[in-house]
Amino acid sequence: MRIALLADLHANREATEACLAALARAGCTRHVFLGDLVGYGADPGWVVDTVRDHVARGAIAVLGNHDQAAFKSPSEHMHAQAREAIAWTQRQLAPEQQAFLRALPLQVEEEDRLYVHATAASPAQWGYVSGSAAAGRSLDATTQWLTLCGHEHLPALYYTQPGPAGHFAPTPGVPMPLVASRRWLAIPGACGQPRDGNPAAACAVFDTDARTLTFLRVPYDHDRAARKIVDAGLPGGFATRLLDGG
Amino acid sequence: MPGLQPGQPLGGYTLLAPLHEGGMASLWRVSHPGQAFPLLMKVPHLGYGEGITKLVGFEVERMLMPALHGPHVPRFVASGDEGEQPWLVMEQVQGETLRRLLDQAPLPPDRVARLGALAATALADLHRQHAVHLDVKPSNLVLHVDPATGEERVVLIDFGLSHHAHLPDLLSEQFHVPLGTAPYISPEQVLGVRDDPRSDLFSLGVVLYHLATGQRPFGNPTSRRGLRRRLYQDPVPPRAIVPDLPRWLQEIVLRCLEVDPDARHPTAAQLAFDLQHPEQVPLTSRAGRDQREGRLSVAKRWFRSLGAESPAPTAAHAAPGGDAPLVMVAIDTKQQDRDLDAALNDIVQRLVQTSPGTRLACVTVMRTARIGMDSNLDEAGRNRHVKRLVAMRHWARTLQLPDHRITFHVLEASDVAQALVEFARGNGIDHVVMGARGVTGVRRILGSVSAQVVAESDCTVTVVRASHAARRTGPAAPDAAGA
Repeated sequence: MRIALLADLHANREATEACLAALARAGCTRHVFLGDLVGYGADPGWVVDTVRDHVARGAIAVLGNHDQAAFKSPSEHMHAQAREAIAWTQRQLAPEQQAFLRALPLQVEEEDRLYVHATAASPAQWGYVSGSAAAGRSLDATTQWLTLCGHEHLPALYYTQPGPAGHFAPTPGVPMPLVASRRWLAIPGACGQPRDGNPAAACAVFDTDARTLTFLRVPYDHDRAARKIVDAGLPGGFATRLLDGG
Repeated sequence: MPGLQPGQPLGGYTLLAPLHEGGMASLWRVSHPGQAFPLLMKVPHLGYGEGITKLVGFEVERMLMPALHGPHVPRFVASGDEGEQPWLVMEQVQGETLRRLLDQAPLPPDRVARLGALAATALADLHRQHAVHLDVKPSNLVLHVDPATGEERVVLIDFGLSHHAHLPDLLSEQFHVPLGTAPYISPEQVLGVRDDPRSDLFSLGVVLYHLATGQRPFGNPTSRRGLRRRLYQDPVPPRAIVPDLPRWLQEIVLRCLEVDPDARHPTAAQLAFDLQHPEQVPLTSRAGRDQREGRLSVAKRWFRSLGAESPAPTAAHAAPGGDAPLVMVAIDTKQQDRDLDAALNDIVQRLVQTSPGTRLACVTVMRTARIGMDSNLDEAGRNRHVKRLVAMRHWARTLQLPDHRITFHVLEASDVAQALVEFARGNGIDHVVMGARGVTGVRRILGSVSAQVVAESDCTVTVVRASHAARRTGPAAPDAAGA
């Protein structure tokens, strides 16, 4: 079975549609959403409904920090722009959509895999897996063979070895056999808000039979997604980021 | 795994007979109802207390082999885990390794060149798949003879130290020791570099040196300090051991053994090309060397090696062959067409300028009768041959390429297109450039040579037209304007 992995969709309808289509072409029959369905983008309602449909059909979704912000009152420490953006997102979501987000679990274990938005070392504090040391701490915090997470927007693959975890920057489209004798942590990269200089949406496929992981980059109409952000009156920086993947 | 017995099932396969008991793994011949070809299973030993390190070579092989394909690697079949015991099944390659041939060394130079060309061709195929072998040695080169055609080819085995640009390198971060086999390891591997395809050319150079002279160029160092000598030491020139060894072979072998990877052949394909065309190998001071270099130059290299650390990885050799392609230009020296020749020259000029590592092979075909040998050996034939060479050199003059970047080849064949396709295939050409002729009666009947080359080649083909070619074919039909 091939599992579709999507993280950090960030209310980006165009990116999500493009990734779901690419993942269907890649033969995926099951979906895992690794958190942050909303925030930044102009289509929070559409993305939440789409994920909710998938979950109703057996998909898994976990909670992200932006999802939490969409049903909690914003923190006093947040700066004004971020608070305004969250308030906008909250206004877009109907009560049942907020209720869906509220019910999302922080992490899910399935067979030998762990799905979580942030580091497994402190998932509720939203710590980032930002490098080999952080990846090592996350891998130490679980006994699962494969951890799949988001939050950090750069696609990455980490693996256990003596000392700090090994790091690999994946090449899109290449199936990588994950050997059983190591434990692995993979970040598919952001579907709705790539930040590695490449505006194409990121996602990944895990093949449970071949035990291979394939990272994908999917070009989509990022001009349209950016224009909708501007038209919605959201901060312009959220839009320009989509254009240059920065 | 102690206690494996013939007849025992493992991972859906049946163990038939043990083939080899190594320090790291056992090899078994196995069978499977679904597979018709001979199969080999690798079963690594699980040592107590040695932890993960002993398994790394096996893990590397298990990750890499599914990503490799083609005639120069064993076909990957399956891998899995039976409880704690991992296993890997691949095609059992038929043939002897080159290890056996070392006992007969020195071998005749032509045989050394032939084996070297086969091995370099295999490496070029591997490098094109973004992998570097990093443990090239006689026991990892299998000489396979196709039972149907009698054709020889080298198949690479044992990828336990290999690096693949698109897969995590389980070896790079974990071990801060030189990884390789002492007599064959390249200087940059001694420093911990694991992503340079030219490291394989160095190791192949050691193999060729050994086959050609019967001696190892650097002995078999056992200490770290001994290995570090590879950063500045140069070997005794092969001709000092075998005086009648051809200069071109010494030139090629010593170029492989250059300490600086930039001084070696830029790609395995270019090395294979040289080994297949000895008469066109430009000889440098390497060819004439009769003793080791003077103390001063060795001392200079030693001094430079003192601070040598592994350099930062560069993207330059990330795409092997990408910056040093073999380009072949097919020139019709019989029916010369000034405009077409100029257009061809213009395109080739642009190609060789964009990639400074490009090597150009200029090829022309002399048509021979379909039946019998109208031999090139008579005086008239020789004359025609020389005429073609002169014409090609004249065409290439304006490119102003130095000798080591250009070669000239006159082929004889009844089927021009087939000869061009076969030359390109046999020499690992990356890009064929050729002219298209106007519509003539002959072309209408026989079909165009360029169309056949385009259809049958494995590589990129550029067909060049003179800009005003359309005018010469007469008034264009209305619908031909955009053709």
